[in-house]
Amino acid sequence: MTLIVEAVGKREVEKYGIHVPRGFLVELPEGARKATEEIGGKVVIKAQVRTTGRAGQGLVGFADSPEDAARFAERMLGRIVKGFPVTQVLIEEFLDISREYFAGIITDTKEGRPLVIFSSRGGSGIEEIARDHPESVAKVHIDYTRGLRPFEARELARKTGLSGKEMVGMGAFLEKLYAAFIGVEARSLEVNPVVLTSDGRFVAADCHLTVDDYAVFRHPELDVEIARELGHPPTALEKSAYACEKDDYRGTFYFIQLESDVKKGEGWLGFHGSGGGGSMMSMDAVSDQGFKVADFCDTSGNPPASKVYRAGRIILAQSGIDGYFLSGSGVASQEQYHGARGLIKAFREEPLRIPAVIRLGGNREELAIEYLNRFCADLPVTVEAYGKDDKVTFCAERMRALIDEHTSPSDAELEAVKPLHNTDTPKLPYEFKTLTGKITFDHAKCAKCESKACIEACKPGILELNDKGAPALNISLDDAARGKCTECLACEAECFYSGETAVRIELPIPGLM
Amino acid sequence: MAVLIDKTDKVIVQGMTGREGRTRTKLMLGYGTNVVGGVTPGRGGEVVEGLPVWDSVLEAQDAAGPINTSVLFIPAPLVKSAAIEAFTAGVKLIVIVPDRVPLHDVMEIKAAAVEYDADFLGPNTLGTLSPGVGVLGMMGGSAESARKFFKSGTVGVSSRSGGITSSIAYYLGKAGIGVSSIVHVGGDPIVGLPHPEVLRRFESDPDTKAVVMFGEIGGTQEEDAAELIESSGFTKPLIAYIGGKGAREGTRFSHAGAIIEGGRGTYQGKIDALKAAGAAIAPTYDAIPEVTIQVLKDRGIGIS
Repeated sequence: MTLIVEAVGKREVEKYGIHVPRGFLVELPEGARKATEEIGGKVVIKAQVRTTGRAGQGLVGFADSPEDAARFAERMLGRIVKGFPVTQVLIEEFLDISREYFAGIITDTKEGRPLVIFSSRGGSGIEEIARDHPESVAKVHIDYTRGLRPFEARELARKTGLSGKEMVGMGAFLEKLYAAFIGVEARSLEVNPVVLTSDGRFVAADCHLTVDDYAVFRHPELDVEIARELGHPPTALEKSAYACEKDDYRGTFYFIQLESDVKKGEGWLGFHGSGGGGSMMSMDAVSDQGFKVADFCDTSGNPPASKVYRAGRIILAQSGIDGYFLSGSGVASQEQYHGARGLIKAFREEPLRIPAVIRLGGNREELAIEYLNRFCADLPVTVEAYGKDDKVTFCAERMRALIDEHTSPSDAELEAVKPLHNTDTPKLPYEFKTLTGKITFDHAKCAKCESKACIEACKPGILELNDKGAPALNISLDDAARGKCTECLACEAECFYSGETAVRIELPIPGLM
Repeated sequence: MAVLIDKTDKVIVQGMTGREGRTRTKLMLGYGTNVVGGVTPGRGGEVVEGLPVWDSVLEAQDAAGPINTSVLFIPAPLVKSAAIEAFTAGVKLIVIVPDRVPLHDVMEIKAAAVEYDADFLGPNTLGTLSPGVGVLGMMGGSAESARKFFKSGTVGVSSRSGGITSSIAYYLGKAGIGVSSIVHVGGDPIVGLPHPEVLRRFESDPDTKAVVMFGEIGGTQEEDAAELIESSGFTKPLIAYIGGKGAREGTRFSHAGAIIEGGRGTYQGKIDALKAAGAAIAPTYDAIPEVTIQVLKDRGIGIS
C-alpha cells in the first residue's frame, strides 16, 4: 500500500463534500508568510511527509503571525524525515474546536470487507482510545456491493453517545468519507481528528490515506510516482524498475533497493528471487552465509524473458556488489528457460564482472541450466547453474566459494565478451515492434546464414523464411506488437550461437540507457 | 478424492486464447482435468487445444453445461467482471490466477461469491492439484512435469506461496511422502479461500490424513487456522512453517489495522498460536519433510 501525503488526501476527500481547513501548500518560507497573511489570524504549519506522529517530531507548529509561520516553515523545509526530505508544508487556518472525533475506514483483509470505525473521542491514537474508552468506539463491516447506508452511519455515531443534530451531521460526514474510500480505492482512510467547529461544521483536521498499489493505475489524480511501500524516496534504479513493470502485465517484477551505499569486498549480493515465499527463504539462506543483499528483486508469475533481462540489468547496475545470486522456491511451475534467456542476454551485454549462482529449479530446468552453461562458458567470470535437487543452502555456499576464489577480469577479457545482438548497422534491416521493444534482423547477414536457427528457435512460430530465404513474420506487424511475439529472446540467442549474429533485440530500460 | 477438483466437474478457462490460457489449458487437459472449452469475449467460434471458445460464460453453459468450475487467465483489470460473470452464470468455483487484481475488485468479487453461494481460489494463485485427479490453474506447469513432481498420497498442502506449494510437495515426495491435494491459497491480502477454509476442506476429505501448511508474516490466516484447531474445526495433524522470520517489519499495518489485528500478524505471534493449538512447527524450510515423517510416525499414519 502507498501512503498519500495529507495535502493530497485532503484534496481528494474534499471532492466528496468533506470540509477541510482553508489552507495553502507552500515550498518556501516566503510562501508560508504570504499564506498566513491571506488566511489571517492563527495558523497551523504541517510538514508534508509520509510519516506518522509528526507532532512529536517538531513537524507540526502553530503561529500567530506571518513571521512566525515563515520561521516554522524554514525550520521544517529541507529536514530529512525517515529518508524523505520535507519539500512542502501545509499552512492552514487554526480551527475553533468545539469537539473532536475519530473516523476511519479500513480494508479488513480477514473479512474481505470494509470496516468503518468511529469514536466520539478524537485526537489521540485509536489504539489508546479503544483500550481506555471502549464504550466510545463503534465499528461496522460493510457489504461491498451495498455500501454504507445512511442509518448505519448514524448508528455508529448514536452508539458512542451522539444524538440530535450532532448524530445526523456525523452520519453525513461518515457517508462522504465512505464515498471517498471507495472513490480512491483506499486501503485505509482515517481522519483524526474530525473537528466540530464552534460554528457547527464537521471538518477533517487531518487525513491519513493509504491506497491500494494495484489500483493506482486507475487513479492518476493521486500523483503516485511509484505504487510501492519502499520506506524511502524511490531511487533511480527503483524508478527504472517500476517504469519497466507498470504497463507490462506478464508476470511480476518487484524491485527494492535495500542499500545504495555498497562497497566491493563487503559481501553485498545482487539478489534475484523468484516467487514471494521462495525469495524470502532464499534470502535467509544467503544471510546465513554472512552475505548482505543490496536489493530485493522478485521475478515470478511466468514473466517473459524480456522482463527477467531487465531485472538482471537493473540488479547489475548497482555498483559494489560481489556476486549475483538467483534462487526461487526450487520447483517452479513456469518454464525456467525463459528466465535463463533473459539472464544470458543481460550477462553478455553488461558484461558480467562478478561470479553468479543461478538456481532455476522447476519446469524445464534442464534447458535453463543448459542455456546458462552454453552461453556463459566463455565469460571471464564463473556462472554456476543449479536446479531443484540442489538445496538453496548448498547454492549459497557455492556463492561464498566463488566470491572467495574470484579475481577481477581484465579490461581485455571483458572487451572480448560479445553481446548476443548484432552490433553492426544493418545493411538490409527488417524490423518489427514487440510489446515492449523492437527486433531488427539484418537480412544481408541472414542471406549468408546456413543454420536459419532463428526459425526453429521461435517457439510461438511467428517467424518463417520468406521467398528470399530470410526470416520474416508470418503474422501482421500489429499482432507482433500486441504480444504475439512473446519476447522469448530465443531468435537472438540462437542466431548468435549458430548463425550470423544478425538479430538485435532492443528492450529499453527507462533511466538506464 | 480431492478437496477442490472433481474428475466429473466440467471446467472452462476464461481467457483461453491468451498466452497463459493456451499453455495452461494444455497442462490441465494433459493432467486429466475435464476442461470443456473456454471463454474470450469476441473470440467465440475459435478453437484452442481442440476445444471450443465461446463469447460468454452463459453461452458456454448453454453449449456444454453444467459448468461448475472456471479458471481465469486474464489481465488483472478485467478479472472482476469475468469473475462476477462466471458466478451469475452458475459457476460455483473460480480460480483466479492473475496477480495485481485491485483490492476493491476483490472485495466486490467476495461479496458476489457470498451472494451466489460460490467460492474463489486466489487471486494470485497457481491453483490446486490432486495427483491422479486433475489440476486447476498452472500448478506443475506442464502435465509432464506435474506427473514427475507430484506423488499421490495422504498429506495435504496449503500454502500462501505458489512456488513453495509445489516445492513442498516435491520435497515430500523425495522423502517418500505422497500428497492428496495441494492448494495455493494465493498471495494477496484478501483471498477467497484462506488457510482455515482449505483446512476445513481437508478435514472432510477422507484421503487426507495430515496437512503441511506454509504461512508467512502478515495478515491473520495462520492465527485463524490455529483458532480453527482450537475450536475442533480441524482435528488432523498439522505441520506448519512460517516464512519471513528475518524480514523487516514495514508499514503494512496501518493504525486502524492494528485495532482489529490486535498485535497479530507477526512471525512470533503466528508460531505461538500454532504451537498452542498443537501444530508441529518445522524450524527450517529444509526440515519440513523430516518433521512430517516424525508426526506421521507418532500418529501411526502410513506415509503414502
